[in-house]
Amino acid sequence: MSTDRTYRDLGRLIFETGAPESACVTPPALDVPEPDLQTVLGDAVRREPPALPHVTEVEIARHYERLAGLNFGVDTGFYPLGSCTMKYNPRIGERACRLDGFANLHPYQPAESVQGALRLMHELQEALAELSGLPAVTLQPAAGAHGELTGLMVIRAYHESRGDARRRVLVPDSAHGTNPATVAMCGYEVTQVPSDERGGVDVEALKAALGPDVAAIMLTNPNTLGLFDENILEVTRLVHEAGALAYYDGANMNAIMGKVRPGDMGFDAVHINLHKTFGTPHGGGGPGAGPVCVRESLAEFLPDPVVVKDGDRYVFARPARAIGRMRSFAGNFGVLVRAYAYIRGVGGDGLAEVSEQAVVSANYVMARLKDAYDVPYERSCMHEFVASGARFRKEHGVRTLDIAKRLLDYGVHPPTVYFPLIVDEALMIEPTETESLETLDAFVDAMRAIAEEAEQDPDRLRGAPYTTPVRRLDEARAVKEPDLAWRPTETAPREA
Amino acid sequence: MRFVPVTCEQRERMLAAIGVRSAEELFAPIPEEARLKRPIALPEGLSEVELAAELEALAAADASGLVSFAGAGCYDHYVPAIVDAVVSKPAFFTAYTPYQPEVSQGTLQAIYEYQSMVCALTGMDVANASVYDGATALAEAALMAARVTKRHRVVVSSTVHPEWREVLRTYARGGTIEVVEAPAASGVTDLEALRAHTEGAAAVLVASPNFFGCVEDVRVACQLAHDAGALAVVAVNPILLGVMEAPGVLGADIVVGEGQPLGNPMSFGGPGLGLFAAKAEFLRQMPGRIVGRTVDAEGKPGFVLTMQTREQHIRREKATSNICSNHSLNALAAAVYLSAVGARGLEGIARACIAKARYLHDALLGTGRFERFSDAPFAHEFALRYHGDVEAMQSAMLERGYLAGVHAARFDEALAGVVLFAATEKRTRSQIDAFVEEVASL
Repeated sequence: MSTDRTYRDLGRLIFETGAPESACVTPPALDVPEPDLQTVLGDAVRREPPALPHVTEVEIARHYERLAGLNFGVDTGFYPLGSCTMKYNPRIGERACRLDGFANLHPYQPAESVQGALRLMHELQEALAELSGLPAVTLQPAAGAHGELTGLMVIRAYHESRGDARRRVLVPDSAHGTNPATVAMCGYEVTQVPSDERGGVDVEALKAALGPDVAAIMLTNPNTLGLFDENILEVTRLVHEAGALAYYDGANMNAIMGKVRPGDMGFDAVHINLHKTFGTPHGGGGPGAGPVCVRESLAEFLPDPVVVKDGDRYVFARPARAIGRMRSFAGNFGVLVRAYAYIRGVGGDGLAEVSEQAVVSANYVMARLKDAYDVPYERSCMHEFVASGARFRKEHGVRTLDIAKRLLDYGVHPPTVYFPLIVDEALMIEPTETESLETLDAFVDAMRAIAEEAEQDPDRLRGAPYTTPVRRLDEARAVKEPDLAWRPTETAPREA
Repeated sequence: MRFVPVTCEQRERMLAAIGVRSAEELFAPIPEEARLKRPIALPEGLSEVELAAELEALAAADASGLVSFAGAGCYDHYVPAIVDAVVSKPAFFTAYTPYQPEVSQGTLQAIYEYQSMVCALTGMDVANASVYDGATALAEAALMAARVTKRHRVVVSSTVHPEWREVLRTYARGGTIEVVEAPAASGVTDLEALRAHTEGAAAVLVASPNFFGCVEDVRVACQLAHDAGALAVVAVNPILLGVMEAPGVLGADIVVGEGQPLGNPMSFGGPGLGLFAAKAEFLRQMPGRIVGRTVDAEGKPGFVLTMQTREQHIRREKATSNICSNHSLNALAAAVYLSAVGARGLEGIARACIAKARYLHDALLGTGRFERFSDAPFAHEFALRYHGDVEAMQSAMLERGYLAGVHAARFDEALAGVVLFAATEKRTRSQIDAFVEEVASL
């Protein structure tokens, strides 16, 4: 994103571009007789045309080029957004998913006509089984949260199949918001488990929370503080002793490949965010993919379909006691192709190097920042760490949000802020392994400069950012006077 | 391939700055017992040239470029070149969810425009930034209707896509809603039977065109829902909204749909695009991300994620859904597509699809090998009963380069022999003539 030019036409909508007669694509001339729509559709014929844009191709090209210039992506610069693993997205994946034999397949084509696609999916299932240490895999979930829901539904089906109705799921206080939200969607109640002073699960509190009505615990390890829970084997053992299962939120898989696997930590089910660990792009919010891997005892409950090898051919199959289906068709195939390409390209040894470097880079940044920012847990981190801006608020009235906004002026995307909830004024920093030392050092310099500014010129931070296309947005107004869609009659507010 | 730019010498310097001798020390908190004590059992990495060849070989093992008459929820429409040109811009596809609006105005404005277009198509007041696909949009709509009405049971027509109904039943497994299916009569919802189920229901869910391609009486279905105090949820095909009445005009409270036909490749069924729109009065119970227009500190227009107190990162277990993403890039493709075709183009494409489906329908019936499944009006897809072995016919046609519809028996044994055929604007008269001739010759 360039910061040195005037942003023109800010807020100008595509609806306000072009002439009423303009059009870009015209359908080909009809080569078959046209039936009378009124006869075909009767009452269902549309009376008013929809208010869509009327633009030519050049106007579309320029409109979106202008919008692209207002965005910040991984290709723009450093994006240390904790918990999101904003690593570089290899371009071979973009090319691969557009190959004719992948992009132009219908989901219901006969199996013999899609052997390449099915083989790719099967090999991806196998690779994820190896990396998770859990043998049965569904590629169906469309996102991490969707994987959580799938995994918890599978766990629910498992308990029910044993006539064992359970009603609670344990979630640590450091968990992603999706965990408790998933628990509720699955019809369970949330019991929050506190963290101990080292940032892990408080084992005594866990013992107290466990009981015959607990269906599962949802954990991520390393957790959202970026810390590896040293008691993990005891945690999963206690959970199993209570007849509950252990669900692993794979958001932080980028820290552990080649070192430890969720299955070996005692987890029974895990989702893996392909858009984090395996380099598929985040797409401005999606699509991602959240495959779920489970233990053999849960395999029969996975949703329909999974890919199986039948002799030397690959087919879709429905697990014996499938929970049903989590979406239409088999998965976000376009994302699966990119993840497969990443895993094949980087290879087993390469994936181990990925995790090792991600952890080294995070510790390096932490080491170079911990005299300028408070790091609440005095121990080495994994692939990310959490700093606290509480001191700046207390001493200078500068909030973490101000620090984040000021970073924008230094050309850096801010870290995740105000999460996890258990750290006051949290800044969650995940550099990823794809950043050079030069980039990491520049980030450290920017953070240190901002810490100095906070002391000497706190107002400078409170007013930031200054160099972005727009300044801070009025979010209260957006809620109070919701303007959620353009209407044909109105004239939009335009920059003077 | 390798995407780690740090050199060995730099890494040593980094370890020294951390104060450890080796990276291994950083992994000390991992208990010995749990450790992976062998290398990852995956093949060694490939160079890009090797990887490209392997991927091309896999793709070449698939039969693509078939002349397709298959639909059933995924459609072979033409994607204008400008669509891929826009979604290929790294500033869009390498960005995350627009949490920092000052540097995300591109994504945010594109979503706002997408929301506006979805509202225009459906006749609804508000749309979200999209959910995963049409099936999950339907399930989310049912959950939302239960929250709005504080009722538990939803009634879904059995003419809704079987996979969508199965997703709905799966989402209901937690007991948050109960799903009842209303029967069909000759390819359309039996509205009298539907009425019998509506009392005390949270929602009535119908699709038009439905799974069989038939056009439903949406106005009556909505009326039945409202008579019972339930919300009317209508599933649509967005291409056909170029000629079909907006469900909002017909009384719908929530409109959902699969947005793939709008500029997204079939891609073996995913990623899709879950269209989700509703009346303004239900805004606070909507799932998913929503973008709003506002101003910045200097009064300049800008866009932000808004109404976030509905969402999981704030409300946790009390959120309207656990969804925390959207299919942003697919929504972008849909917005570019709708901008490219405009209202007139969309109408023309819908008309072409309908005309070609009608031509195909009549020609297939003319072979004497098929009979009607339903007498109800249809749009760009229809069901016929085949006199013969459907699998054998489809297999023979595949060898000839055709995708000869979708056998409905894959969803329901009772539908053995029923084939769904769809036609898009891509099919030409000569392709249809040649296809029908081949089918007749089997």
